[in-house]
Amino acid sequence: MSINGKAYIVGAYEHPTRKAEHQSVAQLHAEVAYGALQDAGLSKDDIDGYFCAGDAPGLGMLNMADYMGLNNLSHVDSTDTGGSSYQIHVAHAAEAIAMGKCNVALITLAGRPRSEAMATGTAPRSWGVNVPDDPFEIPMGRTVATAYAMSAMRHMYEYGTTSEQLAWIKVAASHHAQHNEHAMLRKVVTVEDVVNSPLVADPLHRLDCCVISDGGGALIVTRPEIAKSLKRPLVKVRGTGEAVKHQAGGTIDVTYSGARASGARAFAMAGCTPADIKYASIYDSFTITVLIQLEDLGFCEKGQGGKFVSDGNLISGVGKLPFNTDGGGLCNNHPANRGGMTKVIEAVRQARGEAHPAVQVKNADLVLAHGTGGLLSIRHGSGTVILERE
Amino acid sequence: MTTMAFERALPAPAIDPTNKAFWEAAAEHRFLIGLCKDTGEHFFYPRGCSPFTLSNNVELVPAKGTGVIYTFTVARTKEPHAVAYVELDEGPRIMTNIVDCDLDALRIGLPVKLVWKPSQDGAPPIYMFTPA
Repeated sequence: MSINGKAYIVGAYEHPTRKAEHQSVAQLHAEVAYGALQDAGLSKDDIDGYFCAGDAPGLGMLNMADYMGLNNLSHVDSTDTGGSSYQIHVAHAAEAIAMGKCNVALITLAGRPRSEAMATGTAPRSWGVNVPDDPFEIPMGRTVATAYAMSAMRHMYEYGTTSEQLAWIKVAASHHAQHNEHAMLRKVVTVEDVVNSPLVADPLHRLDCCVISDGGGALIVTRPEIAKSLKRPLVKVRGTGEAVKHQAGGTIDVTYSGARASGARAFAMAGCTPADIKYASIYDSFTITVLIQLEDLGFCEKGQGGKFVSDGNLISGVGKLPFNTDGGGLCNNHPANRGGMTKVIEAVRQARGEAHPAVQVKNADLVLAHGTGGLLSIRHGSGTVILERE
Repeated sequence: MTTMAFERALPAPAIDPTNKAFWEAAAEHRFLIGLCKDTGEHFFYPRGCSPFTLSNNVELVPAKGTGVIYTFTVARTKEPHAVAYVELDEGPRIMTNIVDCDLDALRIGLPVKLVWKPSQDGAPPIYMFTPA
């Protein structure tokens, strides 16, 4: 059974804060949930499906259902693939709705790594206890930055990708962020600015990295009959795909991502091709993340990502594939160190025609949001969502 | 430019019932890798099942401790160090550090050999590599 057309995104809300000094993580979850319900024109007791990931405190759905007073839950899902969890939540919500397990699904994300002064990208982190790979990787200095940099280094070696080409991705994001009043970094930067910024982990510079921000976002997914009874533009879930990629016992090739599989699945379900996509939200923890995912999703041939992103090709109104028109994680927001939620939200804005007028893509009737969660060159989860404005 | 690898204080590895034999060998400076006896392929990191067949028909076997850099990065922290995947002569690409060298001279394809670096609090040493 395909879920193409079985569910719609009717609510989308991004928290305006980028530094939440006075709100707890639970409160942020509640605030984004309320914002998404307001956007949809629904109320709390309409929610009968709830989706959250590891950013939700405690046992996630249990603690947050209690905190928010969700009384009618008939379906819950705490799938956690890091920053791509929310693409997969959209897919799982659509599946649950198609199966009749719930009618109105809420997805929330929130966190405050900035206020907690977390060394998000440059300190080794474990995601729990009894993790079998940790003893072999934590002593080596496995960090987010080193994990993504190793993919960049090998991609440059195999395909001749350059730092200047990667820099174009940041340049494009900054062109979009200048129009976003909430974006952390609104200054337009040049290729020279990026390549002259200090190296964090060779070959990635400071400006190749995303921001560290507090905040969150939420989505409401529902069945077609309910969507059509509401006053919001109709944004249909047309295709979804998910995938996991890992070291495979030591046979890993770090130059490609799970997007190769998740994208193919999503396009097959949606019955369209990359050439049909008018706007793409592409996970941008680092510039290299974007380049590799664009190749793997099929927007260009493998190894040609450097040429594809150059010369403003990702800038709305300039290039062929406008991306991350909110400024993305590179300039706008990367709440809870998990950028998948904001990728879906900006894709919904574009599909609705509600992006900032300076970056709104004309007739953005078919859009894509893709996430990579975890560590690109080590193990990660990929989620692709294709949405259609009816 | 020359940036010598910093001698970092290495966190002790978390030892569990399954990886204990690997770290006991490490304490004796013996570097072991996984062997899947179903397929004859080596794997890393060591574990209690084969990542190729899922059976427990696996054993730890000695590795030569030589290979080439498959990819790497230099973490430009106050303690500059190179994180890398080294492709062992036996096949597996393993995460490690490249130490005792000029970090600015590293390149993909460089031959490297095993060295042991002490971890903290008397825990087993960590397998790392240096230009051969």
